[in-house]
Amino acid sequence: MKRLVFLLVALPLCAAAQDAKKAIEKYQQMLSEGSPAELWELEGETLWKKPQGPKNASLEKCDLGLGAGKVEGAYARLPRWFKDTDKVQDLESRLLTCMTGLQGRSLKDATARLFGNADRPSEMEYLVAYIVGQSRGHKMAAPVGHAKERASYELGKKIFFYRAGAWDFSCASCHGEADKRIRMQDLPVLSEPAGAQKAYTSWPAYRVSNSQLKTMQWRINDCYRQMRFPEPEFASEATIALTHYLAVTAAGAPYRGPGTKR
Amino acid sequence: MRALLLLAAIAAPIALAEPTAREVQDIHLRDFHTKGVVKKETVAQDGVQRICTLANDHPSAEVTKQLEADQMKTITFPSGSLMGDWKRGEDIAQSGRGMTFSDAPGTPNGGSCYNCHQMAATEISYGTLGPSLHGFGSKRGSGEDTQKYVYGKIYNAKAYNACSQMPRLGFSGTLTDQQIKDLVAYLLDPASPVNR
Ligand code: HEC
Ligand code: HEC
Repeated sequence: MKRLVFLLVALPLCAAAQDAKKAIEKYQQMLSEGSPAELWELEGETLWKKPQGPKNASLEKCDLGLGAGKVEGAYARLPRWFKDTDKVQDLESRLLTCMTGLQGRSLKDATARLFGNADRPSEMEYLVAYIVGQSRGHKMAAPVGHAKERASYELGKKIFFYRAGAWDFSCASCHGEADKRIRMQDLPVLSEPAGAQKAYTSWPAYRVSNSQLKTMQWRINDCYRQMRFPEPEFASEATIALTHYLAVTAAGAPYRGPGTKR
Repeated sequence: MRALLLLAAIAAPIALAEPTAREVQDIHLRDFHTKGVVKKETVAQDGVQRICTLANDHPSAEVTKQLEADQMKTITFPSGSLMGDWKRGEDIAQSGRGMTFSDAPGTPNGGSCYNCHQMAATEISYGTLGPSLHGFGSKRGSGEDTQKYVYGKIYNAKAYNACSQMPRLGFSGTLTDQQIKDLVAYLLDPASPVNR
C-alpha cells in the first residue's frame, strides 16, 4: 500500500519525461530500496541501539510503558501515565526522559533538533519511526484508568475546542464537521472515532512535501501554525493532552503507520 | 454518611478530571510561546472567543444579539465608495499568507478566502468550510447596502454571526481597509470572474 502511494506520486513526474523505460527502472529501484518510511524505521533502530551521551548508553532499556526495553506494541498504548515521572507522557516526551535519564544527556542536547529537514534530519523523527513501526497491527488502546490519565484526556478535549488567536480558530474549526476541506485537502473529523481512527493510525507519517518522516508533535505544531496561534512548546502538557484525547478517541483501530502523506 | 461517601467517590474523579475554563486558558498561556509575528498573549481568549467556546458556538439568542452588537461597534466604514480594484482583490483572495509564526514580518497578508470559499468558477482548488460565493454579486447586486454588508462581513464576520468560523480579518489587523475594498469589488463587480 505504502509503495503504491509512493508510485502514484512518482509516476506523473516520470510520465512527463515520456520515458517509460526510465519510469520502470525507477520503480524497480524504489521497490528494492523500500518505502521512505521504512528507511526511517531502519535508521531509528540503529539509533535506538547506539550507545550515546555521557553515560555511553543505548536506549534499549528505555521503558515506554510496557517495561524496560519492550518496544513491541508500546506505541499503541501511549500516551499513558508513568510512575517514575508521575506524568502522562506521549512517545516523544518519553524518549526525552530516556535520553536525559538513561544516556545522561542534557535536555538542550536531546532537544537540539526536534524537527528535521532534508539537510539536517532529526534523531527524534528517526527514533519515533522505529518505535511506531513496532506497533503495526496493534489495536490503539491509550489508557484512561489512572486519575491523571482521565484528567489529561479531559484537558485535551477542552484544548481541542478552545477558540483563540488572531483568527478565532479551535481544532474543531477545521476538524469538527464532516466532508469539509481547505483548498483541496480533506479535513478529518477528529472528535469522532471514525475520523480520529483513520488519522491517528496513519501518523506519524512520511510527508512527501517535506521529504521527512514527521511526528505527531510536529503535526500538532503545524496545525497550530495554520491556526495563527503562537508556537506550542514541544512535548508540553497541552500538546500531550491533545494527543491523548486524539489517541483515546481513536481507540480500537489497529495501528497501520507510519503512513505516507502528500 | 455512607451515602455521602459514595457521592464523594463518584463525584471526585469527575470534578478532578474536568479543568475549568480559567485553568485551560492558564495552561495555554504557560505552554505556548511568542514566535515571529505571533505574540504569546494572543492565546488568551477575548470575550467572543470565551463565550463561543463555553457555549459550544451556540450562545442563547440574547447573548448572541449582544455579542453581535458589540462586534458591530468595532467596524468603521470608510467614507466614499467601498468598491476597490477586483483584480487586486483576486490576488488577496488567493493568498493564504500571513499571520502565522513562520511568516517573515513585513510581507503582505492575504485573506485566505479560497481556503474556505468557492469564488471564481475557474479556480477549482477551493475549500468548503464556508458557503460558495460564486456569483455572489450577480445574486445580491452591487448596491450600497450590499457593499456595506460585504465590507463589514470581511472586517468582522462576528458582527453578523457571533460564533462564525470565519476570521475577523479587518479587526485582527490581517487586512487593510484598501485590501477589504478590493475584495468587495472582487465579490460584487459584474466584471469580476466571481460573477462570470
Ligand atoms: C485552519 C485549519 C486547521 C485547523 C484549525 C487545524 N487543522 Fe489539523 N489539518 C489541517 C489541514 C489542512 C490538514 C491536512 C494537512 C496536509 O494534508 O498536509 C490537517 C491535518 C491534521 C491531522 C492529520 C490528519 C491525517 O489524516 O493525516 C491531524 C492529526 C490534525 N490535523 C490535528 C489537528 C489538531 C489537533 C488541531 C488543533 C490543535 C488542528 N488539527 C487544527 C487544517 C487545520
Ligand atoms: C476559515 C474559514 C473562512 C475564511 C478564511 C473566510 N471565510 Fe467567509 N465565511 C466562512 C463561513 C463558515 C461563512 C458562513 C457563516 C457566516 O456567515 O458567518 C462565511 C461567510 C462569508 C460571507 C457571507 C456570505 C453570505 O451569504 O452572506 C462572505 C461575503 C464571506 N464569507 C467572504 C469572505 C471573504 C471575502 C474572505 C477572505 C477575505 C473569507 N470570507 C474568508 C468561512 C471563512
